[in-house]
Amino acid sequence: MRSNPTDYQLVAPASLQAAISLLAAEPGGWLPIAGGTDVMVQYAAGKLPARRLVSIWNLPELRRIETLPDEIQIGAGCTYTDLREHASVQREFSLLARAAAWTGGIANQNRGTLGGNIVNASPAADSLPALLVYEAELILASVRGERRVPYKNFHTGYKKTKLAPDELIRTICLTRRFSGHLAHARKVGARNAQAISKVCIAALGRCAAGAVEDIRIAVGSVAPVPIRLTKTERLVTGKPIEASLIALARETAIAEIQPIDDIRSTAKYRSAVMGNLVAEFLQKLGAHESQI
Amino acid sequence: MTESSSPGNYALCEISFTVNGEVRTVRTHPMERLLDTLRHQLGLTGAKEGCGEGECGSCSVLLNGALVNSCLVPVLQAKGADIVTIEGLAGGAQLDRLQEAFLKCGGAQCGICTPGMILAAHHLLRRKPNPTIEEIREGLSGNLCRCTGYIQIFEAVEDAVRRRAAS
Repeated sequence: MRSNPTDYQLVAPASLQAAISLLAAEPGGWLPIAGGTDVMVQYAAGKLPARRLVSIWNLPELRRIETLPDEIQIGAGCTYTDLREHASVQREFSLLARAAAWTGGIANQNRGTLGGNIVNASPAADSLPALLVYEAELILASVRGERRVPYKNFHTGYKKTKLAPDELIRTICLTRRFSGHLAHARKVGARNAQAISKVCIAALGRCAAGAVEDIRIAVGSVAPVPIRLTKTERLVTGKPIEASLIALARETAIAEIQPIDDIRSTAKYRSAVMGNLVAEFLQKLGAHESQI
Repeated sequence: MTESSSPGNYALCEISFTVNGEVRTVRTHPMERLLDTLRHQLGLTGAKEGCGEGECGSCSVLLNGALVNSCLVPVLQAKGADIVTIEGLAGGAQLDRLQEAFLKCGGAQCGICTPGMILAAHHLLRRKPNPTIEEIREGLSGNLCRCTGYIQIFEAVEDAVRRRAAS
């Protein structure tokens, strides 16, 4: 049943400071809303428990991308369109630009934000595997001050994060040290646009002297949170990419995910496809290495 | 029904924005969907409600030049914005080139998706005046059509591009 707007309050502070002051006055009393691509869906379905919302859409402090010597700092309110069109993101963090380009359709990319994708904490979120492989850090803001935390520990369970009730994500920080890696991303869904993934992968790899020197593989929709395939990464590190290693990596990857049956797919399909995606990445990395 | 103990307890507010070049002021609840404000308060029924959850694109409008699903925009977030709906695309009796192309190519059948399709195409052509077929498909990928099979729609966009180049 649709929600009645008269039951809801929405305010729009003009600055980040004003927004976090409001959160601090009544921690847990206000739900932040940015582009609304998740919150308004719950609202339309009559499933939004919060009754008081604070709009953080288009706050100037959250809508900047700054390229510093060591890292790129992305405001949490930047949209997928902002990300996919930004030259430094395209060049150095192509996994994030690609994830932004295949999230929803153009209209949702114009409204959905990176901070919102993180806080919504869906296991199927398209941008999150990229944040895992780039080892993103988050700057969280509240009236108590700011803290910087690694993204990998932030997402604690299905739809759960470490964000305190009085905090907002201000900035997502990515270290600029991956431009020498081969980047590989795939999303498997019912169609290219407007589909939530059945399985997705974001991976980086670099070889030296015929062997894997550094490898990072993150996957979505196959566990309660997006995860790094750390066992698979350890297995292949230091070894030359050969058919026997790819076969073992496929098995290792399947053993370290926990896919489920749901409306979008089955555990069996997800396992098979995940093994294929890992194998495809390793084959590509091996071919890339042999060309150098 | 929602389980609020005291429904209707939040105040109305006054919100002004520009719609199709005209400044309009509405008195409404801030969480009302922009789609409902446009249709029910302003009588602009070109934007349609399809899915109501941002999947189908039939409620597309331009908000400060950006294509958005108006079913997912709380009206307060449109305060001060420049909004263009399908009604604002034609210049009086003179149809926009895209509208003419949709007519000519059979890009509209039942018509529910058409306003959103045309606004999505308009948004695409402003950014990419000479799109490839892949770019057309991507630009319209958030707009679902259950009648045409999309081919006539893509042809209409290509036709509008050709006619602009020829004019």
